[in-house]
Amino acid sequence: MRVMAQMGMVMNLDKCIGCHTCSVTCKQAWTNRAGTEYVWFNNVETRPGQGYPRRYEDQEKWQGGWELNKRGRLVLKAGGRVKKLLGIFASPVQPELKDYYEPWTYDYKTLVDAPLGDDFPVARPKSLITGEDTKITWSANWDDDLGGAPEMGHLDPIVEKVRRESEDKIKFAYEQTFMFYLPRICEHCLNPSCMASCPSGAIYKRVEDGIVLVDQDKCRGWRQCVTGCPYKKIYFNHKTGKAEKCTFCYPRVEVGLPTVCSETCVGRLRYLGLFLYDADSVTAAASVTDPQELYDAQMDVLLDPNDPAVQAEARAQGIPEDWIDAARRSPVYALAKVYKVALPLHPEYRTMPMVWYVPPLSPVVDLLRDQGHDGEDAGNLFGAIDALRIPVEYLAELFTAGDSDRVTAVLKKLAAMRSYMRGISMGNDPDDSIPEAVGMDGQTMYEMYRLMAIAKYEERYVIPKAHVEQAHDLEEMGCSLDFEGGPGMQDSSPFGEASGKPVPVAVETFNALRDRQTSGSAPGQTTLRGRVNLLNWDGTGAPDGLFPEKPFPVKPGGLAETPTVGEQP
Amino acid sequence: MNPSAEGTAMLASAPLDILLWGALPYVMVVVLVGGLVWRYKYDQFGWTTRSSQLYESRLLRIASPLFHFGLLAVIAGHFFGLVIPMAWTQAVGMSQEFYHFNALLVGGVAGVGTLGGIVLLIYRRRTTGPVFMATTKNDKTMYVVLTAAILFGLWTTLASVFEGEHGHNYRETVAPWFRSLFIFQPDIAAMATAPFSFHLHTLVGMALFVIWPFTRLVHAFTAPFHYLFRPYIVYRSRDRDGSRTGGMGRAGARGGRSSTARTSRTAARRGWSAVGTRDRDTRNR
Repeated sequence: MRVMAQMGMVMNLDKCIGCHTCSVTCKQAWTNRAGTEYVWFNNVETRPGQGYPRRYEDQEKWQGGWELNKRGRLVLKAGGRVKKLLGIFASPVQPELKDYYEPWTYDYKTLVDAPLGDDFPVARPKSLITGEDTKITWSANWDDDLGGAPEMGHLDPIVEKVRRESEDKIKFAYEQTFMFYLPRICEHCLNPSCMASCPSGAIYKRVEDGIVLVDQDKCRGWRQCVTGCPYKKIYFNHKTGKAEKCTFCYPRVEVGLPTVCSETCVGRLRYLGLFLYDADSVTAAASVTDPQELYDAQMDVLLDPNDPAVQAEARAQGIPEDWIDAARRSPVYALAKVYKVALPLHPEYRTMPMVWYVPPLSPVVDLLRDQGHDGEDAGNLFGAIDALRIPVEYLAELFTAGDSDRVTAVLKKLAAMRSYMRGISMGNDPDDSIPEAVGMDGQTMYEMYRLMAIAKYEERYVIPKAHVEQAHDLEEMGCSLDFEGGPGMQDSSPFGEASGKPVPVAVETFNALRDRQTSGSAPGQTTLRGRVNLLNWDGTGAPDGLFPEKPFPVKPGGLAETPTVGEQP
Repeated sequence: MNPSAEGTAMLASAPLDILLWGALPYVMVVVLVGGLVWRYKYDQFGWTTRSSQLYESRLLRIASPLFHFGLLAVIAGHFFGLVIPMAWTQAVGMSQEFYHFNALLVGGVAGVGTLGGIVLLIYRRRTTGPVFMATTKNDKTMYVVLTAAILFGLWTTLASVFEGEHGHNYRETVAPWFRSLFIFQPDIAAMATAPFSFHLHTLVGMALFVIWPFTRLVHAFTAPFHYLFRPYIVYRSRDRDGSRTGGMGRAGARGGRSSTARTSRTAARRGWSAVGTRDRDTRNR
């Protein structure tokens, strides 16, 4: 047994209102740079829906994740090492920009610049890739709230599958449909197939907290990881030529802060905490023959942090005492393994994902309520969960490789909690038959309710800090003055854009903040030629083009500044 | 053109020949190796293929393998022609005609494939908007030199096809010179007697190697053969200063990092650049 610690996340889908705050704050924090315009480390999909990139779950096409070969051994679905190397000159199944979407901004300047005329000026969309006029045809959440579902709903790979396997049809007529939101980040898998696909070995899993990162210096842009990840959560930065991915906000997590997506979540639906797991048993667990048993196998990999033997082994492996303590208090462990209400996304990809989901009961409750029934009565809910096969089958394809019983069990627990707690808050005596019907006792159910419904900040986020004695290693810099952050440098250095050394996150943030606070001009002013990109405008200053120019001649700022070339060795 | 008369030939050579075939190759090696070492230390972040597959993959899927596999065959051909002495192939009973026929056939096919590949790639680069936008001056220079090297190389091959029997046997001139470079006794006279087409190809080839470390071509030097042997799952400690150490060997080298050492190794560049591409619409500037 080799005990390792893993940062994990649980999302309670019942609470997600699809507001995209997590996506927007994540984008502002991590991917508001050149080359990552189309990249959303965190995105929120409406399901049923095609997802982002389009139809990423169709692994027959995209070849992501692992599969078992004829001898029952775990192999990459896209092929072995030799096949991958032979296909390196043109990655055979890499999504193109059109599978994500072509990012754009608007030509706001014409709104104020246009000469007097009979027609209202229009801010036309401009491609952020070519700089030319573009037609917007798709985005990261184009089918939000089932938009276009009657025409395009059948393109969801899960819908296709459920339709194949059941005589009933998923209906997209308004009265008969169901929907929920699925926020997605990198799964920080225990058995990541992106890592296994990387020819350079640039993707690594941190020993201390299991966060999967791309070494920007070692990545050579072979882009096999994009194919390898079945969740398509590795992105190719087309300016730097390097792979980028969700970092689990490691600079924040290291100092005990929740990730940006969690911190800013309006519904407070995200939980962060530690898992202890047995690293030696991961491969065997991922090689289980029946995909529907992968969930159980994954459960067995997770170790009980209250078990003295596990604790002793963890200490022997050098896991600090406060980390073991944090693992004992971990909300993600509680939801995944104690209450067993959190399920992994697509366990059949065999990557052992570490971002878990509490499946939504809301489609069932909504239907009951719409039909005039009491949506919080345990009997009604249990009956409805059994009767509403289509939503349950759909959830099962997402979370349990098609095992509807497992999803039903989780939904019944949620229904029981709802009904049990309603009884209590109505002033009745606790009806212990309700928790018993789902194999729990009243006390446990109440604790689950505390964690899921009250969800106090310090109970949602149990994040042990990286250690003080390691603090120097966390400093990415000796001194922030070692790095040039100002506008003195050229965008395009002689070796192609953005070559050189990536500036550490802390320094980058420091400089970006300072620039925004002191410069008085909006970011993007020089490259967008005075056009206002409202997505990047943080309210500081008034960028050119926001207001009409003053009557006396002013030199256009964007052109007059010739960047002085700094020291280029 | 007797290769045995090396020492005297060197003294008797014209100054230009000494410069081109005696000095330039070593300058080229110094720049190539020095440039690679320097860039590996200085610019790991820029060391990438800078793939444009995200923008366009239909043409790339044909052109890029055609070019790269063709190039691998061309490199193998150069190895065979330059490194293996004529005496060896004759010793195993390979006649000059047979060798020549094979070299022309395989070399011709590989060369034409490579040329076709790069022509397609350049066509794609010029006609696909986003790909052309992402093309730097550095890239354009590199493409000129690379294409020239391939063209002139193909010319030497085609010339020997048309000249047939009377063609020039580079294994008596260029190849001995090439091998003599490695023992620091450059056989300048032998190379000087080679025809102009070979001189041109060699010079352009050397120019290509000189600019190599400073272009995107560097990705060839990190061809990921170690992928065949490494474990699938990579663990790495947070404590490790991973950005510069290549392997796991220097794990835990904690205290040895001083900020001054950092400064000297770190490029000064801006931390982030604005979203989007430069505006092509000049109307509203």
